Formats: sequence, structure tokens, C-alpha cells
Amino acid sequence: MIANYGYKDGSGEYYISIDTDKCLQCPVEQACTRACPKNMFEIITDDYDDQVAAIKQAHRRTLAYDCTACKPAGGYASLPCASACTAGAIKHSW
Amino acid sequence: MTTSAFATTAATAGEKKEYWRWEESAWVDETMNWRDAKFITAGIDVGSVSSQAVVVCDGKLFGYSSMRTGSNSPDSARNAIKAVIEKCGMTLDNIHFVVGTGYGRVNVPFAHKAITEIACHARGANFMGGSAIRTILDMGGQDCKAIHCDEKGKVTNFLMNDKCAAGTGRGMEVIADLMQIPIAELGPRSFDVDEEPAAVSSVCVVFAKSEALGLLKAGWSKNKVVAAYCQAMAERVVALLERIGVEKEFFITGGIAKNPGVVRRIERILKLEAVKTKYDSQIAGALGAALFGYTLVQKQGVPAKAAAS
Repeated sequence: MIANYGYKDGSGEYYISIDTDKCLQCPVEQACTRACPKNMFEIITDDYDDQVAAIKQAHRRTLAYDCTACKPAGGYASLPCASACTAGAIKHSW
Repeated sequence: MTTSAFATTAATAGEKKEYWRWEESAWVDETMNWRDAKFITAGIDVGSVSSQAVVVCDGKLFGYSSMRTGSNSPDSARNAIKAVIEKCGMTLDNIHFVVGTGYGRVNVPFAHKAITEIACHARGANFMGGSAIRTILDMGGQDCKAIHCDEKGKVTNFLMNDKCAAGTGRGMEVIADLMQIPIAELGPRSFDVDEEPAAVSSVCVVFAKSEALGLLKAGWSKNKVVAAYCQAMAERVVALLERIGVEKEFFITGGIAKNPGVVRRIERILKLEAVKTKYDSQIAGALGAALFGYTLVQKQGVPAKAAAS
């Protein structure tokens, strides 16, 4: 399942997509939960009883601000969350 | 303020016509006898604006209600289920498994499990529109969801926008009140215009309201303003849908599915007709929850408390 967390507002689209099928056999022991400097990721049991990564509720409406520090302007060449997930489950829309 | 002053204020408020107020409903299939069912399950969808209860007997739709959500979720859930079971002499003890869904899902006091409305809408749409349904647009009271599902109604992709009330039922209620047009008439009246206007430019409900007032002052008819708002709402939700892509067959759930002014404009933009259903589009979430309950009770058996009763 592709889970899109985020929103669209007057300033743009801000979605983090997680391919939760790739979480089922996570090769890096849920590294996304440790890689995010804002601690935005969590492991949840989804509606189909699978253990998958998700964005915490508190961050879903503030991604544009919460992710700012990890974007190129913050000195990062690549996103810590997407780099940590070697399965390639995490993508940012912006 | 004195008691009489309060009474006067209340009376004045009572006289004010609430154009946004939609009709609450409850229905049971009188051709079915729920006492013959092996498993009776219920789904309760406590939404931000409306609450639905659906009762399913052995996987078949038996009854439902659609009520206004009150100031707290437990009471709204009780109110919704009461409206169904009182019509057929059933009690809560007769229901083997209850699943709560919607934004108030964790506050349904008699639920055995909570499941997100995303999974429930997909399951409900699969029942209502058939197994060919692949894309679902749920236009809820205060959020909007675009969902892809497989032939079993399992979610494969979803996106939800709950940050802004644009393109939601609440936004339509605000416009109904502002235009002083009963909410059920907004859709048909939006087509009663000489030429289709461009969409209002603001997607925000608050700004759209200001813009609508400005258009009225500029001489636009109410119908034309409503048409412009319906078009804006359609464009807004289509943008959301396009983010995950639209695959045939396409199905719309939620209260706004009852508004042809928005639905036909969405179909026009997408160049794709939404699958029609004989069921009430608002019950999709609760129906999906009740069907999840049916699957769970078949797998796990009746929970201890219900089994004892």
C-alpha cells in the first residue's frame, strides 16, 4: 500500500509517501524511526494487521515546516529518512 | 441575562432557518429477519459532521442510520446505533461485533475494534459499487480522501487532506447558509444558469465566502455563485485525486456524492462517469466497518461479552 501523508495548501503540495509493502521485510530494522531528526516516523499496526512505518499524526499537517531543516537549504544533499530506508519505501513530493 | 431574556433569545434563534441542515434518516430491510442471522455485526462511523451506523446480518446490509454528529463522539455513536436498532426491536446485546471508524472511532464505547475510515470506505465502496471499483473519492464533512483499492476492497494507495475544509461537506453547508438555499437544492440549482461561470478563485472556505458575497454584490445570481462554488470544489478534489491517479471504475462516497452540482462537474473534468449505487453514499464507511466486523467475527469468533449475553 502507498500511504501518502501530508497536505496541499496555497503554498504547494507536501506529501511523504511510504510504500508500506516494503516495510513488511524491513532490511534495516526500522531505521527511518531513528534517522529523522524530528522523530516524525513511527511503526504502527495498520488496518490489515501489518507492522508498517507511518508519519506521526502531530506532524502530518506541518510537513513543510518540519522537513525544512533536512532539505538542501539546510545543508543536506539527501534526505536522512529516504537514505536510511534502503528498501526505497520513502519519497517526498517536494 | 434573565431567564425570560434567555427564552426570547432561544426563540429567536429557533426561528432562524438552518439552510445547511440535511435530513437525518434511518432504514431497515423489513424483508429480512435479523433473528435468523448467525452473525450480526455493526459499523459506527463517527465523522466530524455526521455519524452513521450500519447493521449487517451474515454479511448482508440490514439497516442503517445517518445522524448529525453531536458535541461528543460516544453520544453520537449511541444516537446513531439507537436509530437503527429501535426500528427493529434489536438491542446492542444482540450485535456480535462492533467496529468503530471515522475521526471519533476510538471513542465508540461499545466497539470491539477501531479501523481507519480509509480502509472502511474502500471496503464499503467495494460492496456498494462492486469489485471493479478501483478509485474512491470520499468527500467527507471536514476532509477529503482519495483511495485506490483492489478487487477485494483492500487499500493499495491513499491520500487524505484534512488540513483544510475546502472541498468538504462543511464548506457546502457554509455556502448553503450564506445563499439561503436549502443544502439539497444547491446541486440542481447550480445548473440553472445561462452559462457556466468560472470557479471561485479561493479554495479556502472563509475566503470563498467573502468572494461569494462580492459576486452577489456585483450582480451575480445566487445560482451562478453556487455554480462557481461547485466548480471550485470539483477542481479542488480532482487535484487531490490526480495526485494518486484515477483508475476505472470510479466511485464517490460521503455526503457530497448526493450533490449533483459537484459530482457532475467532477465527472466533466475527469471525463469519467462515477459508478452509481442504489445505496446511500454516506454509509460507505460504516458499512465497510460492519463488513470488517463480519470478517473478524468469522475468524475470531464472538467476543466474550457478546457471547455471554
